[in-house]
Amino acid sequence: MLAMTFILFVDIYEWFPEKWFDSVIYLQFVPSVLHFIAVFSLLTAGGFVAVLLLTLLTGRIYCSVICPLGILQDVVNRISRWRSRKKRFFRFKKAHPVLRYLFLGIMVVAIIFGAGFIATWLDPYSIAGRAFTYLFKPAVVWLNNTVTPVLNDAGLYSASHKNLMHPSVLPFILSFAVIVAIGYFAWKRGRLFCNTICPVGTLLGEVSRFSLFKVRFNHTTCTRCGKCAAVCKSECIDTKNKKVDYTRCVACFNCLDVCPESALSFSPVKLKQPRKSTPEPAPGYAVSTHQHDKNRRKILVTLLTLLAGKRIYALKKNKMPDQQKNLLLSEKDHPVAPPGAKSIDLFNSICTGCSLCVTACPTGVLQPALTEYGLRGFMQPHMDYITNFCNFDCVKCGEVCPTGAILPLTKEEKHLTQLGKAVFVEQNCVVYTDGTDCGACSEHCPTKAVNMVPYKNGLLIPEVDDSICIGCGACEHACPVEAPFKAIYVNGNAVHQLAEKPDFGEKKVIDDDADFPF
Amino acid sequence: MKRRDFLVTGTVLGVGGTLLPNFGGLNAIGLPANNGEYDLAAVRGGEVTAMYDKAMEALGGIESFVKTGQKVLVKPNIGWDAPPERAANTNPQLVAHIIKDCLRAGASEVVVFDHTCDQGDRCYQNSGIEKAARDAGARVVTGSNESFYQEVSVSGGKSLKTTKIHQELASADVFINVPILKHHSSTIVTLSMKNLMGVVWDRRYYHANDLSQCIADFLTYRKPDLNIVDGYRMLTRNGPKGVSEDDVADLKALIAGKDIVAVDSAATLMFGSKPNDINHIRIANEMGIGTTDLDNLAIKRIKMG
Repeated sequence: MLAMTFILFVDIYEWFPEKWFDSVIYLQFVPSVLHFIAVFSLLTAGGFVAVLLLTLLTGRIYCSVICPLGILQDVVNRISRWRSRKKRFFRFKKAHPVLRYLFLGIMVVAIIFGAGFIATWLDPYSIAGRAFTYLFKPAVVWLNNTVTPVLNDAGLYSASHKNLMHPSVLPFILSFAVIVAIGYFAWKRGRLFCNTICPVGTLLGEVSRFSLFKVRFNHTTCTRCGKCAAVCKSECIDTKNKKVDYTRCVACFNCLDVCPESALSFSPVKLKQPRKSTPEPAPGYAVSTHQHDKNRRKILVTLLTLLAGKRIYALKKNKMPDQQKNLLLSEKDHPVAPPGAKSIDLFNSICTGCSLCVTACPTGVLQPALTEYGLRGFMQPHMDYITNFCNFDCVKCGEVCPTGAILPLTKEEKHLTQLGKAVFVEQNCVVYTDGTDCGACSEHCPTKAVNMVPYKNGLLIPEVDDSICIGCGACEHACPVEAPFKAIYVNGNAVHQLAEKPDFGEKKVIDDDADFPF
Repeated sequence: MKRRDFLVTGTVLGVGGTLLPNFGGLNAIGLPANNGEYDLAAVRGGEVTAMYDKAMEALGGIESFVKTGQKVLVKPNIGWDAPPERAANTNPQLVAHIIKDCLRAGASEVVVFDHTCDQGDRCYQNSGIEKAARDAGARVVTGSNESFYQEVSVSGGKSLKTTKIHQELASADVFINVPILKHHSSTIVTLSMKNLMGVVWDRRYYHANDLSQCIADFLTYRKPDLNIVDGYRMLTRNGPKGVSEDDVADLKALIAGKDIVAVDSAATLMFGSKPNDINHIRIANEMGIGTTDLDNLAIKRIKMG
């Protein structure tokens, strides 16, 4: 499962049809819950129900087999154990109920109140997704680009160069820091993250109390040698009392293999239980997350804004040639959300920043937002028209999105989905400032919402008809004036609109038997 | 009676002869050059590969351009993510036919690439050109990777002094330019000269620094050895990509020649505009890169079908 999920994120040749993405990611818990909330269809988004049923049957097997972050931790831990000189790597440890239920509570409240950005940082699938996109994928692309010339010289053209898109500093650092932290926990303490922080783990752990199949001690044959506890990744086997903490057991079965008396078995409930197996659970904590210290948030946002480099643009202005000194800054009322997002508000409440769309996007126009959506949308994707533009016939993001934050559109629907409207700033335009031809914006416009009209001295200048504009950003990207002084840019729509179909006009018929005009 | 007839006929012919230059000169009646000596070939009314064959016959065959063992670059227009019916990219059948012709003439290898405007893979695939070119025996290379480009200086450039060109152009012995004849929203038409914007990396520089001058300037670095304008399907409006198939007309023409300015002038007239109204053509003519004066060229006009 790890391999399959990983491959989806680094599919640089776009081998996998979009339909496949769905079947692999269908069972990821948090995306499935969010998707269900978005579409209310168990068929498209019933994965989480399947997971709950599975958990009722076999306990937290999800954590060992389906969750990519879980399997990733297992890989790290296996290496650590192989390298370790300790005779007994793990030891029984007490649970951390306060932390566990706190994080679960935060997650539940976040989902109820539509604070997707909190889910972003607590959802294990999204954490793994970001690591794959911002850390692993650039490495894969670099490797591909190194191997490609060798293959091409040998006549094998199945490999070709791919654009190495490295993420900007902040997403990289955050993904790196989080994965390193979790990796460190896994190195030292196995599934510590899964039993202390991960809300999915905690939830499924509670459900596991009632699971049919559990890892059970045979009290008579068990000699309390402790070998099982030494290999338990969740450190949840209490050999003293011959008990397994079912809320933390991730059904990895390391213990079953290692018991010399075969005193452990994975078996269904017996009618008579000699004594109670698990300690009383601590009451669930539902803590309010609205600890927004307004001042702290302002400072954080300001710092992030500075990071985005507005200061640098001010410096740049002083170095620009004279005729370009009076340029106007692009003022966007809203950023641009991907096609299929319906509205920015809805998008921010559902998206967990797993970045599957970012990695799947063939042009790379989808990039993680830092300040564009405010704090609420931190690390969620937005259309970055400085980097690239949205290819007219492409609908990939909606097809791969597992949470339903970006809903799938047909090509025809997408051709009429208005993400924003193009705004022309004559003062910044090269035709106005330099008196020379340009028209790069109109050239790229797929609907000709940006058209060229006569200006003066035989020049043509752009004119926007925003009723047919779909906000794809081809104009903004093509404009040769450097950001943030673009002469044409897309002002995002808070709620996506329906564009009108461009007027196709009549087909011209030419007499191919006519004489040559020269 | 006979003398009068003689005088009348003589006068008519005499007056007609002096006025003949106004009607296109001797060329209008298809005289003086022989096959292989024509400056320009214009064909219409046939299938695209048949028109190419006729045009090349007039220009002396592909052997006049490609010698044994030479490396050929065939540069079509693959700029847009659109199928052939939309006339945004060069006809793939024509590209394949040219490649086969070059290989037949003894080329050591034929390379095809374009620095596309839409997403590279999709343009190469959906235009049909990548497959057609590979099947015809060419090596198809990406134009979307900056590391493939190298900086060169543009000797006679007024606005464009240096630019980064694709390494395949730098190493090509023969440079064959194969644009499609179509409308363009900013330059009215895009033909041979504008097609060369696809061999450089930084097109944005052109747009920011007098687009038309830069297009002409590039020719001072290197001119194509042969220009073949694909006018089989023509985009009549909403170019360079078009908005729907209704923007496309079946022109069924093909124009070929060595002088890029002359070829573009003829193609502009076929489109329905005047060469001197197209800024980059006018500038190139003024710079002496080629000529717009079609009257003084040997043109072979062929009507098929």
